[in-house]
Amino acid sequence: MKSEFTPPIGKILQISGKCISLIGNDIDTDRIIPARFLKCVNFDALGKSVFEDDRKTLKGRHPLDLEDNKNASILIVNSNFGCGSSREHAPQALMRWGIKAIIGESFAEIFYSNCIAIGIPCFTLPKKLIQDIQSYIDKKSLSLEIDLKNSLAKSKDFNFCLEIKESSRKMFLSGEWDATATLLENSKLVERKSKELPYIKFGYDF
Amino acid sequence: MSKDTLFDKVWDLHKVSSLPGGSDQVFIGLHLIHEVTSPQAFGALKDKNLKVKFPNRTVATVDHIVPTDNQSRPFKDNLAEQMIETLEKNCLQHKIRFFNIGSGNQGIVHVVAPELGLTQPGMTIACGDSHTSTHGAFGSIAFGIGTSQVRDVLATQTIAMNKLKVRQIWCENKLSHGVFAKDLVLHIINKLGVKAGVGFAYEFAGPAINALSMEERMTICNMSIEGGARCGYINPDEKTFSYIKNKLCAPKNDDWDKALSWWKSLKSDENSIFDDLIKFDASKVEPTVTWGITPGQSVGINQQIPLLEKLSPNDQFVAKEAYEYMGFKPGQSIKNTPVDVCFIGSCTNGRISDLRVAAKVLKDKKVSKTVKAFVVPGSEKVAAEAKQEGLDKIFKKSGFQWREPGCSMCLAMNSDKLIGNQVSASSSNRNFKGRQGSPTGRTLLMSPAMVAAAAIKGKVSDVREFINK
Ligand code: SF4
Repeated sequence: MKSEFTPPIGKILQISGKCISLIGNDIDTDRIIPARFLKCVNFDALGKSVFEDDRKTLKGRHPLDLEDNKNASILIVNSNFGCGSSREHAPQALMRWGIKAIIGESFAEIFYSNCIAIGIPCFTLPKKLIQDIQSYIDKKSLSLEIDLKNSLAKSKDFNFCLEIKESSRKMFLSGEWDATATLLENSKLVERKSKELPYIKFGYDF
Repeated sequence: MSKDTLFDKVWDLHKVSSLPGGSDQVFIGLHLIHEVTSPQAFGALKDKNLKVKFPNRTVATVDHIVPTDNQSRPFKDNLAEQMIETLEKNCLQHKIRFFNIGSGNQGIVHVVAPELGLTQPGMTIACGDSHTSTHGAFGSIAFGIGTSQVRDVLATQTIAMNKLKVRQIWCENKLSHGVFAKDLVLHIINKLGVKAGVGFAYEFAGPAINALSMEERMTICNMSIEGGARCGYINPDEKTFSYIKNKLCAPKNDDWDKALSWWKSLKSDENSIFDDLIKFDASKVEPTVTWGITPGQSVGINQQIPLLEKLSPNDQFVAKEAYEYMGFKPGQSIKNTPVDVCFIGSCTNGRISDLRVAAKVLKDKKVSKTVKAFVVPGSEKVAAEAKQEGLDKIFKKSGFQWREPGCSMCLAMNSDKLIGNQVSASSSNRNFKGRQGSPTGRTLLMSPAMVAAAAIKGKVSDVREFINK
């Protein structure tokens, strides 16, 4: 784990770093951060426990433990990554380990929106391309420079286009991925909505 | 794009604005919180100097970390104690209603809210927990959110979200004797896959769904998320309304009449358009058991664990991992697999009807000597009702331990855990690697009746051999 952690803020236009590949479909959030680490009232200490059980089983051979990957920041995964529990602890743990962006075949929905909400762009690529990248990383080190404006990834040897939901891309470019401020702007509309809803009129009998 | 479905109606009703990025700002009618995913959200409010916007639209309980053996305070586990204290403090400070241990209404958040009548048709419901989909059983649109979104709901009562597509899952005919809602939903997830629901809300409909009780409907919607769908729902009907009637927080008197007439107008129109439509024949479903490490890896009780070559290339990847982790051979029968631990509980199957059906199987029978069995009621209300009916006695007499309410070994954040590579027969919802507290522990998901049958035999068994027609 990197020693210093600073959460992203504001516009995210560009991310560059070394890629680390994690092979497997349906990798769930229980594996990313086992439940016993959810006993905390803040996210600060989670980075070192990311994938703890998988890493213990592999005794130092897990991709996250390899010396070469120590400073990696772009995670390459397969399909349905982050399925299962809604725990934001999972992307928080990855982020605190040092991950700044994830490229995968597909993501589970809540995990994806948790990533966006904390400033980790998630990109998708077709299965074949992901596998090609993963086997490339297997042999050589791969550093990418990701340009969010053009959804483009550049490396020494090759360039390719990345896919990302247009709404997410816009949010990163404008810095509005941290949604609270945007949502607060509409507080008049929210008040009005609350008065319109039938069930708020008949209320709870508290 | 879907049109005139219940989902469309509820979404449109709650939409506050279209956001610049293309997502919608959606009003959340009911926000449920618990001790695990809320402390950081309250922390963020403090950092940003924000208040809770509508404190009376958030309700709290404590479930994930509570011990189920000894609940006296302070808890033995310091970290657990710190978490419940933090929640108590936050609720007090922000004037949020909190159903704490001993209130008579504490329990797993998805069991408690329906019991209290908080869950109602036509609402949007959010909670920092993926099984929030449970509440869709009442015709509400309910989904799990992460901690940053919990913060957003606290601060604004809204979240930013892309509208989902809608897939109708039509279930023909009826479940046969000894086959339960859990079997049906495991079957559906097996056929569609664990990621088929990504980007979708699932509407469960058809005669087999209509025939289910409200509690069974909750089991179905609860597991939508295991099929990848963030949200699952069922159009409300008379059963829904009579379940809610007279509950603590249900509308009363004139308000009840107004609510009822609104609720009756809430359903997918006959000519509504779905983005996708899939049919199942419920009468063909058998008691179903998972054999792998995702809830999609299941078979009927009389079937074999699938051979690698019988699976699609995509499924082969995870299947290989599953055979190895579970220690199963492809082609082996699931029936007669020895089990070490039997767990009845969770927001999927820890309700009173689940306890009733398990007790029926266990009556005048003994749990196998090789098995540790325990039952964790989903809530204090469930526990009280079970005691009133004498179910606790049946469980205890059979050899089951009777515990206090909480999530318990569904995710093993308390001291209820598998040890080493023990195999559990579990009425919960996730069989992920390490889910039940041991990094090498193995989970077989099944209905509570099937867990009871497994407890008696000490191995996976067909519950239909235990219950008469
Ligand atoms: S019972 Fe299990 S799935 Fe349900 S809320 Fe608790 S931990 Fe989550």
